[in-house]
Formats: sequence, structure tokens, C-alpha cells
Amino acid sequence: MFHRFANPARFLRFAAVIQPWIAGLTVLLFAVGLYLGLLASPADYQQGETVRMMYVHVPSAWMALFCYTGMAISCGVALIWKHPLADLAAKATAPVGASFTFLALVTGSLWGKPMWGAWWVWDARLTSMLVLFFLYLGYMALNNAFDDPGRGSKASSILALVGFVNVPIIKFSVDWWNTLHQPASVVKMGGPAIHASILSPLLVMGVAFTTYYLWVLLIRIRREVTANKVRALQMRQASRGEQ
Amino acid sequence: MNGFLAIVRRDLRLAFRQGLDSLMVVAFFVIAVVLFPFGVGPQPNTLARIAPGVIWVAALLASMLSLERLFQTDYEDGSLELLALQPVALEITVMAKVTVHWLTTGLPLIVAAPLLGVLMNLPEDGYMPLMIALTLGTPTLSLIGAIGAALILGSRRGGILLSLLVLPLYIPVLIFGVSAVDVVIGGFSAKPQLLILSGLLVGALPLCPWAGAAAVRQGLE
Amino acid sequence: MESLQAFWDMGGYGHFVWPAYGVVAVVLIGLFVESRRSLKSAEAELAALAPSKAEDTDDET
Repeated sequence: MFHRFANPARFLRFAAVIQPWIAGLTVLLFAVGLYLGLLASPADYQQGETVRMMYVHVPSAWMALFCYTGMAISCGVALIWKHPLADLAAKATAPVGASFTFLALVTGSLWGKPMWGAWWVWDARLTSMLVLFFLYLGYMALNNAFDDPGRGSKASSILALVGFVNVPIIKFSVDWWNTLHQPASVVKMGGPAIHASILSPLLVMGVAFTTYYLWVLLIRIRREVTANKVRALQMRQASRGEQ
Repeated sequence: MNGFLAIVRRDLRLAFRQGLDSLMVVAFFVIAVVLFPFGVGPQPNTLARIAPGVIWVAALLASMLSLERLFQTDYEDGSLELLALQPVALEITVMAKVTVHWLTTGLPLIVAAPLLGVLMNLPEDGYMPLMIALTLGTPTLSLIGAIGAALILGSRRGGILLSLLVLPLYIPVLIFGVSAVDVVIGGFSAKPQLLILSGLLVGALPLCPWAGAAAVRQGLE
Repeated sequence: MESLQAFWDMGGYGHFVWPAYGVVAVVLIGLFVESRRSLKSAEAELAALAPSKAEDTDDET
């Protein structure tokens, strides 16, 4: 199972079969999620209508962490087993994960303005998201910093793993720092109790974000495979030209 | 062990021959801190309130400033490849480099810190925890930084890239380092913070040279 | 019409809720379009390099 998709050609064939299904599922889930989130669910008794921002904020934050985990696992697989697709998957995941992190930050800030009265509060979760965003930026910058793409992906794989080990430590220290500096009365993002009426749109949106990620991931991996082919052909033609 | 000491001795000799590098780091450290009274005003209370944070952030930046050269010069003149070919494990070599980095930047920073405490009107109780926290924290900074320094070998934009890679990973050390000073000034014990800083150091000691060596290896390929 | 107004107003929080959904839509659609466009341009490049056997080269990489 593991090495079945190691061959990029086989992966491309597999992607061609599965992609329309994922695309359809994503559109459907977003339609249902938006309907449930914006129309069918009541306003929260505590947060009022602002609770609707949760349906995009929380899935974004989930996906930000999910993508980083996926990226780190792919990087580990790429480094240890030299699995060619794992490498491409990690590279393709980074911009998607960074986008989700960015969305979690922006929607969190928009949620914070009516709740806290400020666009930015050094809330533990938002702060952790900000650091995660920097980790994504570092990964992408390092990936692009070398003339040889192979070097870039190897160096950034090591960075992703180092970052992954550090994420819990950073999370722990930010939580610690936050409790030291903030009165406990501040409303924690996400609220204490998740109501059943909030839960179903949240879950549907969460699954929609996941299938969206898979959809874009397939496209981006296909792009990387194609770009590698182009590079190989160009090298071959260049070496032929020298002879 | 002999290989380790040989590299430490060699790099220390090189550092002393160039001489000024350590002093430059300390000068940067002092100037960065001195900028703050101009920025926030010279009221003693304000300065005392922000002193631990400012000193720590400046120490972080100063320690990072000299990281770029950690492997770069050896990489460029090819001696890093010779070091990698030696019977000494590359992890030991990286550890030796980290040790030299700490001796030439971390240690001078610790020595200079009390002076900055005076300039920033740091309350008297704060000096002891500041020194202890810096002693426990700066080696961790050098260790984490070594990974970053190894990763950027041969890249197009070294220095700025390095700061993007390394600074987010420095945050835990900063948080507990500052907190250790703050709680003592507030009249509490800094034991938990110092224990956590020690824990970070103990965790970084085996992991960072290992990851750093892996990064150097892929850089030399 | 009135309910549409209320829906748009979001209990007074419309100008926080809608920008949140808006920015999510812009970023997600933008990322999708960018990914797709770069895939297409890579495929076009490949087709230009190996006009007839763009498919055959699959198994070599």
C-alpha cells in the first residue's frame, strides 16, 4: 500500500480518477456547511450572531495544525524512505497550510473585535497561530532558497521536523505566558461549551475544509510532478546540446 | 573527546585571531538595549518594568547575529568537508562548533548583562535570576541556532532567512527567561521557570547536534 | 425583504461576519485558481518540450 503510490505515473492516474469525486464532494459539503452555518442554525445565546464566524475560524485553525502535521509526516517519510511523492506532498501542503493559518488569524481577529473590543489580543491560541504562521513562512522560504530544488526540499524537510518537535513546546510556553499576563475573565476563543446546534455546521465545515485541502493538494502534487518532468527534459536537452 | 577538544581549540584560536567578532556581538547587544530608553522614554519605572524583556530580546538577536558564520566560513573554504570526513562523528563536530559559539557570544553576553541591568534600572532582585536564566538559556539558543546555520548552507539569502527560521524557535526560551526574572522581582520563586529552562537545555543537548549534523550532511551532498 | 435585511445585518455584527466569510472565500478560491493555473502552465510547458509523447514520458520519471 505504502509504495504503491511511490511511482508518480501511477499517482497521476490515481489522481485523475479520484479528483472529480473530491471536487464534487468539496462543493457539496461547502454548500451544506454554509446553509447550516448561515441559515439553519440559531444564534448562540452568549455570542449572538458572531458565533457564525466560528464556522470558518475553527476549521481554519484545525486545518492549519492538520496541514503542519501532515507536512511534518511527509517530510519524515521523504527523509527516511526517500519516498519521492512524500517530498512533493510536503512541498504542496505548505502554501495551503499557510493560507489556512492566515485565515485563522484574520477570522480570529475579526471575531475578537466585537468580543474583546480589539482587533488583536495576545490570546494564547491566536499567538500560537501566529508562531505557526512564521514556521510555515520559514519552511517555504527555505524550500525556495536554493538553486537546486533537491537541496531545498531536503533542508526544509529537516526544518519541518524540527519545527514539529517544537510546536508542543511553543504551545505550552505560550499558554504559560498567557496565563501569567492575562486576567482569567477574558472570553476564551471557541467558548467553554460547544452547543449541539453549533456542532453540526462546525463539523460539516471542518470536513469541507479537509476535502478542499485534498483537492488542492492533488492539483499541486500534479503540478510538482509535471514541473519535475519539465526540468528533467530540459536537462536532457541541454546535455544533448553540449555533445 | 579529543576530536571535540581539537575542534574547539582550533575554532577558538580562529575566533581570537579575528578577535573583534565577540566584541561586535557585545557592542550590538549594548546598543540594541540602549535604544529602548530613547524609544520609550527615560522614566525609571517604565525601564524597570521592561528591563528583563528588553535584555532578553537583545540577547536573542545578538546571539542570532553571529550564527550565520557558524558553518559558513568552513563551508566556503572546504574545511567543513574535511571535518565531515574525519573519524570524529559529525554530531561531535557540530557540538564543538556550538560550544565555541556559546563561548564567543553567549558568555560575553552574560558578562555584559549586569551592566545593561544598571542602564535599564533593573530592580536589585532581578540580577541573580537574570544571570542564571541567561546561563541556562543562551546555550539552548546556540544549540537551536546551529540547526538553522547548517540548513542555510549554500542558500541564496543566508542571514535574513536564518532569522526567519530560528527566531520562532527561540520563543520558549524567551518566555521562560523573562518570566524567571519577572517573578523574582514580583517576590516569588523562579524555580519552575529555571527548571523548565534547564529542561529545554537538556532536551536540546542531544537533539540539536543530531539534527544539525543531518543538516550539515545534506548541505555537503 | 426584511428578513434579508436582518440576515445581512447579522444582529449588528454583519460587518464582522461577512468580511470573515469574504476573506475565507477570497483566499480559498484564490489558492485554488493559482494552483490550477500553475498546473496548466506546467502542463503546457511539458507539451511544448515533448509535443508528441507527453503521455509516454510518464513512466520515466
